[in-house]
Amino acid sequence: MRVLVDHFDVFAGGLWLTFQLCLLSAIGALLLGTVAAVMRISPIPPMRWVGAAYVTVFRNCPLTIVFFFAAFGLPALGSNGDFLRIPGLTTIFSRLGVDIPYFRFAIIALSVYTGAFVCEAIRSGINAVPAGQAEAARAIGLTFTQNLRFVVLPQAWKAAIVPLGSVIIAMIKNSALAGFFGLVGELSNSGVNLTSALGEPIIPVFIGVSIGFLIMTVPLGLLIDHVERRRAVAR
Amino acid sequence: MAAGQPLIVLDAVNKWFGPLHVLQDVSLSVDRGEVVVVIGPSGSGKSTLCRAINRLEPINSGTITFDGNPLPAEGRALARLRSDVGMVFQSFNLFAHKTILQNVTLGPIKVRKERPSVARDRAMALLDRVGIASQADKYPAQLSGGQQQRAAIARALAMQPKAMLFDEPTSALDPEMVGEVLDVMTSLAREGMTMVVVTHEMGFARHAANRVVFMADGQLVEQAPPDEFFGSPKSERAKDFLSKILTH
Repeated sequence: MRVLVDHFDVFAGGLWLTFQLCLLSAIGALLLGTVAAVMRISPIPPMRWVGAAYVTVFRNCPLTIVFFFAAFGLPALGSNGDFLRIPGLTTIFSRLGVDIPYFRFAIIALSVYTGAFVCEAIRSGINAVPAGQAEAARAIGLTFTQNLRFVVLPQAWKAAIVPLGSVIIAMIKNSALAGFFGLVGELSNSGVNLTSALGEPIIPVFIGVSIGFLIMTVPLGLLIDHVERRRAVAR
Repeated sequence: MAAGQPLIVLDAVNKWFGPLHVLQDVSLSVDRGEVVVVIGPSGSGKSTLCRAINRLEPINSGTITFDGNPLPAEGRALARLRSDVGMVFQSFNLFAHKTILQNVTLGPIKVRKERPSVARDRAMALLDRVGIASQADKYPAQLSGGQQQRAAIARALAMQPKAMLFDEPTSALDPEMVGEVLDVMTSLAREGMTMVVVTHEMGFARHAANRVVFMADGQLVEQAPPDEFFGSPKSERAKDFLSKILTH
């Protein structure tokens, strides 16, 4: 197990990059998923169709395929994911601004894929809000958007927080695929490098990689348990 | 708008729930300041009638005009119209994640774009009027049913509506809380608010209504001033209904 000590900087660096990838992808997935959920309950049929098509495609495709299209399809279409070079964000997350696009591609793949699951979790939350709440909101003259923003979504979020937590934990674990689609230096890719390039023993290295993922997923799981317990008390 | 013109007019309104014809050629007009109480057996369509007035239930044919304008289709114009029509529900429907005060100020701030301090002052005055100012910072679930319904009335009044719709406002309440809600409604009626009230409270119909409308099987069977209706109902359906509810 000496490899964990000798190459601590590699593991720490991998953990940091994976954390950045997961944080940005989680934000992207939550935004996309919320928009898709709103589209799926919109009174305008074409909006509902687009929302439903998005969920159908990305919930049912293997993530590997989504990564494949992000890493090879986007360049073929002439995109380097440059829209993610958001000023300000690139100073905190330096990989977001570099010329090699695989960090951005990984964010796109994870966000788009996870967004479909986020959409369904939020929609189940929306369905948990009694119909009378939206009716009362309409009765005082709130528009569809105001109704969602001030009455329905704040309550739907609370109902959706536990399934959302599971979705995000799954996303963190899924992020391990990014290393196999060009993203150098994230946690699983660091493990592969230590074994194949430096000849370190496989099992201790991947125990190290596992610990890295557990450092992110276990606290998140505990946090969600805590939120759920508080909600149960409040009811 | 001419003062003599009715505020709410329903003309030959029809509505189906699937094969069920819940409103059959219903025509009704409500004058400004008038209090109309709608009674009838359950399933007679009275709630649907009430909900059709602010288009919470869309109708299949006929016209509904409010304040001289036909009800607009879904969208901003309809939202504006709804803000002028207060609605009180059987199940209160207070926003569960907001305090009582926030429930009352949400509409004025977001729909009417009032300054929060102005909205707050009026909300507190209204809560004081319905007797629950001391509960302003609590959440709906912490209040009794009667208090929640009074808060819901304050929420509707905060929009300074031209008319108020009450859809069985006391049906979900424990008996000892019915009175406190009816008291608020009676005082509103005295002040000249235009009201359409669907209820089973015959006492309220007798003393607060200008007119009683009796519905059965989706049809508007009979309408008359309360004394006349309760004293000498004309239709068999109404006689039958009254004999069932007034004997005990």
